[in-house]
Amino acid sequence: MATKAKSAEVSHPTGEDGVRRRDFLNVAAVSFAGVGTVAALLPLIVQMNPPADVLALASTEVDLSKIVAGQGIKVSWRKQPVFVRNLTPKEVAEANAVSMSDLRDPQTLAERTKPGQMNWLITMGVCTHLGCVPLGIGEGENRGPYGGYFCPCHGSAYDTAARIRQGPAPTNLVVPEYKFTSPTTVEIG
Amino acid sequence: MSFAWAKPYEPKHPAMRWLDSRLPLPRLIYNATGPGYPVPRNLNYWWNFGSLAGLFLMIQILTGITLAMWFYATADGAFASVEHLMRDVNAGWLIRYAHMNGASFFFIVVYIHIFRGLYFGSYKPPRELVWMLGLVIYLLMMATAFMGYVLPWGQMSYWGAQVITGFFSAFPLIGEPIRQWLLGGYAPDQAAISRFFSLHYLLPFVIAAVVILHIWALHIQGSGNPTGVDVKDEKDTVPFHPYYTAKDGWFVAAFLLAYAIVTFFAPNYLGHPDNYIQANALATPAHIVPEWYFWPFYAILKSFTVDFILPAKLWGVLAMFGSILLLFFLPWLDRSPVRSGRYRPLFRTFFLLLVVDVLVLGWAGGAAPTPFRVAIGQIAAAYYFLHFLVILPLVSKLETPLPLPMSITDSVLKPKRGSVVTAG
Repeated sequence: MATKAKSAEVSHPTGEDGVRRRDFLNVAAVSFAGVGTVAALLPLIVQMNPPADVLALASTEVDLSKIVAGQGIKVSWRKQPVFVRNLTPKEVAEANAVSMSDLRDPQTLAERTKPGQMNWLITMGVCTHLGCVPLGIGEGENRGPYGGYFCPCHGSAYDTAARIRQGPAPTNLVVPEYKFTSPTTVEIG
Repeated sequence: MSFAWAKPYEPKHPAMRWLDSRLPLPRLIYNATGPGYPVPRNLNYWWNFGSLAGLFLMIQILTGITLAMWFYATADGAFASVEHLMRDVNAGWLIRYAHMNGASFFFIVVYIHIFRGLYFGSYKPPRELVWMLGLVIYLLMMATAFMGYVLPWGQMSYWGAQVITGFFSAFPLIGEPIRQWLLGGYAPDQAAISRFFSLHYLLPFVIAAVVILHIWALHIQGSGNPTGVDVKDEKDTVPFHPYYTAKDGWFVAAFLLAYAIVTFFAPNYLGHPDNYIQANALATPAHIVPEWYFWPFYAILKSFTVDFILPAKLWGVLAMFGSILLLFFLPWLDRSPVRSGRYRPLFRTFFLLLVVDVLVLGWAGGAAPTPFRVAIGQIAAAYYFLHFLVILPLVSKLETPLPLPMSITDSVLKPKRGSVVTAG
């Protein structure tokens, strides 16, 4: 190795700063190949992202007219469950009675619903812990100690505003983007 | 390392001489598993599990290639194609049960192999790289097993994929995009099953390549042995063939008997009945558990229930990955120059405690989470880290090892001092 470097020095004299022309050429050639390799790998990496058809399933319409107070339904949006619940006045009052300091992820019911539609609680049916579907939307299911939703996987309990109250989940059930297209229909997504 | 007294390869047949001077493949085999590879004469049955693990890798690859001939990697068709295989394809049920239980038995073998290494100090110099390559194989096995379990697209498959990719969402900001990148969607679906199938088919061959490195590194230094004493001369070794080919062969037959009994008479004993229900994205099974071989890690994941600086969920994920990653540092955590647990009375006690601890973790991981069980799991998880990070470094400083035998031959021919003395 040492003798090789020495013979190289003889045939390619170093410049004033100790860098040979050959050094520059080596660095330039390897960098060029390196950048090119990364660029070539990029399509192989980005192809794994959600494709256009999956992204296109981005909105779902829900008819609210059949959901009476105290009832909820489960709809599928982006292949994931969404809970649509018509809260009873008692549930709304319970949610509003909770002090913000008792919450792990402080949010009021008003912040989690649309203005004037505080009884319509629309959240993802995906536990924020590891993605199980919590119980409590179906008739007669366990709604947990806080009367909202209860995740059977690791025991996360949500209150009537679907806010996390107990268990390992870090945040409230996510409220997806949605808008009321008429008083009895919402478009999710 | 081939010892100086290793029998040289001398092909007698002209055709073999012709081949040897062009492609010395028979020479490689002769010097690796033939008479040209001297091995310590005192290996006990705990040393049988390495070759057994290699056999199970081959069983998994063979049965897996066959299964792939009938499997449809589609979210709509996967479940039905597995049922079709089970009911209509000739011997399909057998091949699938052999693959399912082969995975479990592969893990049984590998766990025994790992604990053999832990007890007899196989991770110590000069075999650190053998140990670390083994851990790489183990990590690849876990990834392969997880993706394979998703393929039948039953309820446990689907929710296992949901929960395990959910680990990544524990990381702030980058977590959710990584999860979507891994799944190719917002939840496991067509994109996920196709890529899992592709990778599940690829990874076993990557494992095979790392196995070659593992054996290569092993053969540079030669096998360890139950005394942990280095080979000194020819008396300490016997040629691999016929001695260990025969011993490995008989043990393979004995172990395959156990594998066959489970495969034929209790093929679903180690599985979960919910996986015979087709995946349903809108309903989670009441109790999600991974396959038994992940239970200890699942228990560590579940042990973090309180936020402390970082969210509990992130702690759980970090601890779970950390519990395996710390094993890479084992050669530097345990600095005792004595390799074998036979001559380390204090180490031996703590080793047994570790075995019990991992079994407790396994139980806690598989059980439905009640506060009592979670508390037991938390204690066991804490002890796991305590063992490797505190106890092991202290033990190697404080303990006085028992006297080592003069040589391997000495330990074989004279009364076994180490194993008798340990009662005291």
